Amino acid sequence: MPKVTIDGHEIEVPKGTTILQAARMIGPEVAPPAMCYYTKLKTSGGYCRTCIVKVTKGSAQNPNPMPKPVASCRTEVMDGMEVVNFTSPEVLEARKGVVEFLLINHPLDCPVCDQAGECHLQDLGYEHGAAKTRYDFERRTFEKIDIGDKIQLHMTRCILCYRCVKTADQITDGRVHGVINRGDVAEISTYIENAIDNDFSGNVIDVCPVGALTDKTFRFKSRVWFTKPVDAHRHCDKCSGKVRLWFKGSEVLRVTARKDQWGEVEDWICNTCRFDKKQLSDWTVEGPSRIDRHSVISQGHYELAKLKLDTGKKLKELHGGK
Amino acid sequence: MQSLTNRSKVVVKKEMSFAEKLYLPAVAKGMMITMSHLFKKKVTINYPEVERPRAEVYRGQHVLKRDENGAERCTACGLCAVACPAEAITMEAAERKKGEEGLYREEKYAAVYEINMLRCIFCGLCEEACPKEAIFLTDRIVPTEFERDDFVYGKDKLVEPTKKDERINIGPRQTQTTIDFKKNPEYAHNLLWDPNKKIGPKKGH
Repeated sequence: MPKVTIDGHEIEVPKGTTILQAARMIGPEVAPPAMCYYTKLKTSGGYCRTCIVKVTKGSAQNPNPMPKPVASCRTEVMDGMEVVNFTSPEVLEARKGVVEFLLINHPLDCPVCDQAGECHLQDLGYEHGAAKTRYDFERRTFEKIDIGDKIQLHMTRCILCYRCVKTADQITDGRVHGVINRGDVAEISTYIENAIDNDFSGNVIDVCPVGALTDKTFRFKSRVWFTKPVDAHRHCDKCSGKVRLWFKGSEVLRVTARKDQWGEVEDWICNTCRFDKKQLSDWTVEGPSRIDRHSVISQGHYELAKLKLDTGKKLKELHGGK
Repeated sequence: MQSLTNRSKVVVKKEMSFAEKLYLPAVAKGMMITMSHLFKKKVTINYPEVERPRAEVYRGQHVLKRDENGAERCTACGLCAVACPAEAITMEAAERKKGEEGLYREEKYAAVYEINMLRCIFCGLCEEACPKEAIFLTDRIVPTEFERDDFVYGKDKLVEPTKKDERINIGPRQTQTTIDFKKNPEYAHNLLWDPNKKIGPKKGH
């Protein structure tokens, strides 16, 4: 088993593990951010360059450093490899450049966007980006497109991570949308606005790291941080039925899949669960979702703190002691 | 018990003398004090005919601004509500329809926007949080009401009038730093007041 050192933390990982996965095994303090890589999607990653790290020692056999920063989601670890991420000013500087590139055509309409508050690009820009843009030219804009009656595509906000394309390819049968054109004019399109009509198409909303694909049934209903996420399940013959309900008062405003520490979906859910089951009586509620305290969604302070101690402990076990 | 500070005054109950028992000198002394106050400058004013001068940055009743074309600037992003320590602000968003571009600046707008003036502590954090330069506190005072419900201000009371001359100038509230910051061409679209024009409350007293 190869041993790799990331930011001074040594870990032994199975052969074939990527640097990003190894870093995630160590923990969030060394894990590089990722915008396009998605554990559950094969061949994802390698587009956004957010997860770049510097390899200061290639391996035990060949201790030479790699000449340029590498995409950690696509680079496998070698025995004796040494990697620097947050401890390297060079990497931080390079990542800042990457964020600047990702934001070049992004409209920054966060006050309007439904994704604000749970947007990976927002977090990335806040943590790794520059305070202002140097871009002087007109940003590219697109009209909003309805993909079916439940999903809306704001191409303007898209960062072309290909996650939704791969989701449609791998989770649903018969993908009808993809990336057309190349380079600067590349865009996600269903080509003549073919509706995605598939039981699992709603998952593209969850995998989208920005607000490009949003739930039309939740459109402008509430800002995410005014809603309360609750884990719930129901018996569903199409999917696992394990979801997260977002309440405002006693009303379920939207249903999403549960997301893990890295913002990735735990179980794919079907469109029936996502769009059609919005009554509390449809669901068995497990308890409040665990929200990172740095997230704006935790501003309501309704989670573990308000529960009795033993309930809190049970919930902690349920969520793996996070 | 022994006092800790020695600052307490020990009360002694001693027998009053005959002159003291008459009370007349004490009454005269009290009257002298009262009379002397008649000739002093008055500390009260006839509010509301006369108002005391207030600071230009006084934090009173809120205003929801319109842009230069008269469209509402608020986009119901909820940052004021999340910044509000008193949880006085609530809102509901709605989507702008085609043809309403003159009414609302962004594609989303606040269909309902309410501030509970009884909850509000006039801290001004909503003003600081606003990314759209939509909400400002002004030097107007929230009037008294008889019913609690009347203190919940909706858009009818908060949004400023459309007419240009009835708009509420929040220019004097801006500090020099803010003005300099806004002079940056990148933020020019947000400059919605005339920095040279001065207004303030009625000066009195």
